[in-house]
Amino acid sequence: MTPTLNDYLILSAVLFAIGTAGVFVRRNLITILLSVEIMLNAVNLSFVAFGRSLGTADGQIIVFFVMTVAAAEAAVGLAIVIGLFRHRESLNPDTFTSLKW
Amino acid sequence: MTLFYLFAAVAVIASLLVIAQRNPIYSVLLLIASFGALSGLYVMLDAPFVAVTQIIVYAGAIMVLFLFVVMLLHAPAEETEHDEKIHPLRRAGPMRFGAALAAALVVELLWALTRAGGETGPFPGAAVSSVRAIGRALFTEYAFQFEVTSILILVAMVGAVVLAKREAAKS
Amino acid sequence: MPAITPLLIAQLVIIVVVFHALLLAAAAMVWVERRLAAALQQRLGPIRVGWQGLLQPFADVIKLMFKEELRPKAADALLFGLAPIISATCAFSAFAVVPFGAATTFFGLLSEPMKLQVADVNVAVLVIFGIASMSVYGIVLAGWSSNSKYSLIGGLRSSAQMISYELSYGMALAAVLILGNSLSLTEIVNGQSGYWLGFIPKWFIFIQPLGFLIYLTAGIAETNRAPFDFPEAEQELVAGYHTEYSSMSFAMFFLAEYINMVTVSAVATDLFLGGWYGPFLPESLGWIWFLLKVGALLFFYVWMRWTLPRYRYDQLMAFGWKVLLPLSVLNLLATAAGVLYFGI
Repeated sequence: MTPTLNDYLILSAVLFAIGTAGVFVRRNLITILLSVEIMLNAVNLSFVAFGRSLGTADGQIIVFFVMTVAAAEAAVGLAIVIGLFRHRESLNPDTFTSLKW
Repeated sequence: MTLFYLFAAVAVIASLLVIAQRNPIYSVLLLIASFGALSGLYVMLDAPFVAVTQIIVYAGAIMVLFLFVVMLLHAPAEETEHDEKIHPLRRAGPMRFGAALAAALVVELLWALTRAGGETGPFPGAAVSSVRAIGRALFTEYAFQFEVTSILILVAMVGAVVLAKREAAKS
Repeated sequence: MPAITPLLIAQLVIIVVVFHALLLAAAAMVWVERRLAAALQQRLGPIRVGWQGLLQPFADVIKLMFKEELRPKAADALLFGLAPIISATCAFSAFAVVPFGAATTFFGLLSEPMKLQVADVNVAVLVIFGIASMSVYGIVLAGWSSNSKYSLIGGLRSSAQMISYELSYGMALAAVLILGNSLSLTEIVNGQSGYWLGFIPKWFIFIQPLGFLIYLTAGIAETNRAPFDFPEAEQELVAGYHTEYSSMSFAMFFLAEYINMVTVSAVATDLFLGGWYGPFLPESLGWIWFLLKVGALLFFYVWMRWTLPRYRYDQLMAFGWKVLLPLSVLNLLATAAGVLYFGI
């Protein structure tokens, strides 16, 4: 019995929920960024599964673009984290409560 | 089918551990394990190009970036005395609310997926798995989007360099 | 359970043979390096252990096995143990998709020809590139988990160097892919069979000399060998990322380095030097030519190490980004233009 489209979509949903939980619950900027990566990967899995079930290459092409965007976003996000860390010596988003340094 | 369950279990358990770990380095390594499992799932979905690209780009480049930042910042885990005594997932206040929201999301997604009709048989039709076909589509139908992403990466590169640069010493 | 056919047995035999051949290749490289270094420096090198010192690598391994396995108290135990395993595993796995001979029936024992390759994946080139990206982790984790400043600096420098040179490595590969028209190494090698004018073999090195040089340079930088071995420079950083390792963990890092050298040479042979095609031998004995070509490239590797001075780290990174990357992009453009307009 081979896995069906539903199986892949349920797995994608579970991974997306785990990523969202990570973003809501964790108070460490790097772990929050990692949870965003989990969410992006869950979405990639959905795209590839749908592309496979429709028999086109479009799913894989969208995944290609999503990976590119994720790389760009991770780079800029980490640069911002480095900048924030330099000012406050902390990675806890709760310490960044005032607008002026 | 057992292979699907194996990869799915690895992906889910590794992701759960990612958000449960205190030490950010272990989080990054567990996420790499999760990406490996997803890569296996892509191979099962007849998408070998996406599988290998996932390893090269995500596990091999983006995670190295994360690892560098964690190491260069000597990133501490959540730091206050109070935080260190209680595990991140058991703290009060926004944590509980966030966890409740996440649980609500899981329930809603599962309800939506199991309620909709959906495919119950194996994948119909043939897969488009050759790199040649993907490349052809990428450079003809999606050529504009391809060029736009190259500009996006350029912008991100410049932005990252500018943001992470140390300010020149004020004389 | 799959049926026990002669094909299955042949596959298992190939896996075992390749694994042991890699181990023996690493041992042979230890001997070759020491004797060749000695010859280049006009001295003798190890000649006493066994005939002409051939048992020297085995003596080294036995000595290393008997050493005490140390772990610094402040080191992260899990990562400290994991790092050499990652290095060695990636080194061995990369060779799994490299073909080293023509499809053969083993003198008629098999009903159909079987490729001399552990796994024939149709995206073999990308798999090698992916595993090269993963081997960065062995080094960066070794540097971090040792919790010592020499290791950390060495580890970060080494991994930054590796990811910088991966770009030129990939571009040089991409230029060959245009010529070879496929991502499968077997098909790229098969595209190099035959001769022009009757005696010049159709190897891609003759169409792509710059690409070959770029690939080899990037390969040397990827494997952290001289003149790009600043991260493990004996004089500058004690021993870089493997300072705190001893006994078999140290041996595994060195095993990984030598096997990476063999893999880079083997892939260069397949991509640029025509793989197992050569004159005077029938195609079924092509693996002999393959071994000779890989041996020539490994000789070149050792020769480079003991001849050239080491690059300083900033010179090394500047070379990778400002010279090698633009050259590899130009090479790619020129190759694409050549294929499009001249139909090579």
